[in-house]
Amino acid sequence: MPLLTVRNLTVSFDTLTGPFLAVKGIDLSIEEREVLAIVGESGSGKSVSMLAVMGLLPPTATVSADEMSFNGTDLLALDAAARRRIVGKDIAMIFQEPMASLNPCFTVGFQIEEVLRVHLGLDRAQRRARAIELLTLVGIPEPAERLGSYPHQMSGGQCQRVMIAIAIACKPKLLIADEPTTALDVTIQKQILDLLMRLQAENGMGLIMITHNMGVVAETADRVIVQYKGRKVEEADVLSLFEAPKSAYTRALLSALPENAVGDRLPTISDFMLKEAAAETLR
Amino acid sequence: MTGPVLEGRDIKRDYHVPGGLFGKARTVHAVKGVSFKVDKGKTLAIVGESGCGKSTLARIITLIDAATAGELLIDGNKVDIARDGLTPELRRKVQIVFQNPYGSLNPRQKIGDVLGEPLLINTAIPAAERRDLAMQMLKKVGLEEKHYNRYPHMFSGGQRQRIAIARALMLRPSLLVLDEPVSALDLSVQAQVLNLLADLQDEFELTYVFISHDLSVVRYIADEVMVMYFGEAVEYGPRDTVFGNPQHAYTKTLLAATPRADVESIRARIARKRAA
Repeated sequence: MPLLTVRNLTVSFDTLTGPFLAVKGIDLSIEEREVLAIVGESGSGKSVSMLAVMGLLPPTATVSADEMSFNGTDLLALDAAARRRIVGKDIAMIFQEPMASLNPCFTVGFQIEEVLRVHLGLDRAQRRARAIELLTLVGIPEPAERLGSYPHQMSGGQCQRVMIAIAIACKPKLLIADEPTTALDVTIQKQILDLLMRLQAENGMGLIMITHNMGVVAETADRVIVQYKGRKVEEADVLSLFEAPKSAYTRALLSALPENAVGDRLPTISDFMLKEAAAETLR
Repeated sequence: MTGPVLEGRDIKRDYHVPGGLFGKARTVHAVKGVSFKVDKGKTLAIVGESGCGKSTLARIITLIDAATAGELLIDGNKVDIARDGLTPELRRKVQIVFQNPYGSLNPRQKIGDVLGEPLLINTAIPAAERRDLAMQMLKKVGLEEKHYNRYPHMFSGGQRQRIAIARALMLRPSLLVLDEPVSALDLSVQAQVLNLLADLQDEFELTYVFISHDLSVVRYIADEVMVMYFGEAVEYGPRDTVFGNPQHAYTKTLLAATPRADVESIRARIARKRAA
């Protein structure tokens, strides 16, 4: 049985000019211990579909799906309180901007311990011990001292490590990472990706990586879903996707990588789509 | 004209952090003696992680900050803004495009006014002519006349970066400093902006100083590469030498950290995972 199954997910936002469809019928599923990458440019609905799974969308959003089940539980049928017991505990999420997603007013120790208090009901001493253990696990030096630090006293990479510590605090079965390394330098990006992959293997988590960086996909994913304008355009295992991309959009995405540049110009998505369309009419 | 458009000789920049209630005064050596030379129509890429001094160097080259020590030569003439101040002629030669197109445009200024402002401040060109020049530049960067009266929030990230590039080009500079111009953009939009930069470089014979931490972009656009680490240039040379035969340990770390998207690397990774 898959860990998470989503069938025909549609998300629309109420706007002044009428409803706007951000996600148009996405199907996805992820097994235990699997790394699934969702790729697409901004506006392709990749973050919105995962926020819908987490139940974190604002009230202006309407979410509908034929099925949205996690580990055998129907997420759509749950009331808000029951859903909150799953979200943050069994499904956790890491966001793009580590500096912005931590609360600047509280120490990182408080923010890690909050999760442990709410979801696991540990007492003070247990919480502190577990928080130190978590910071050690994500590779922060002098963890006991760092518990008293505020987010602004840490670097971007360290803040992202704290975010990961919070996310894995309750040993989630599924971790959703939304562009976890986009704001970071390449060397730090490598460290964070290595950390995520190590934790995923050690804890046997399912991991969904949302990204627009094809390099990150190549380095982490088992299976890939490519999204474009709210629709899924391709789904394949990582090797076949890079070796023999089926959809025109995936081919365009891969050819826009600077390292794949032939000659002086980079092919852009729009050039590529036009060329494909022209070839289609000739056939 | 002979000689390099831009030359830096042993440029240093220190920042003095004043002491206060909680700490002693100290000096941060942000740039510790960097030399470089860029010829007309070429691109120098400056690579390094955050805090390595690359943006400080960009500010010095753009004549926003003065260097603490060292010489900066633009078109062969020595420039010292700490002593002589900044003249409109110098401002006309050097322009900058910033990283974040959301932060670098005034949200209450129409695009036409954004583009006209450099001319208003630095030249005596009359309003009607400023408007024409702005229209021309708008089309040059791939936008349309109808965009003239719109506000920045009505544009996407890639379009805003085009506007920022257009604004930088209004004074017809010979040197353009690009501080991480595509880091905030999606892959497909990044390709469009990189193509635009290449076209503009050909058309106006522009010299670029391109600051980035993305090595795949640098490899694509640069003629020469300088790698900075803790305020020092640890490696400096033609692109193919730096990428093909890196000498310094930090350059090797950077190259190793860049994700690989070729099929062989994926195959190797999957094999490693199966074995584990």
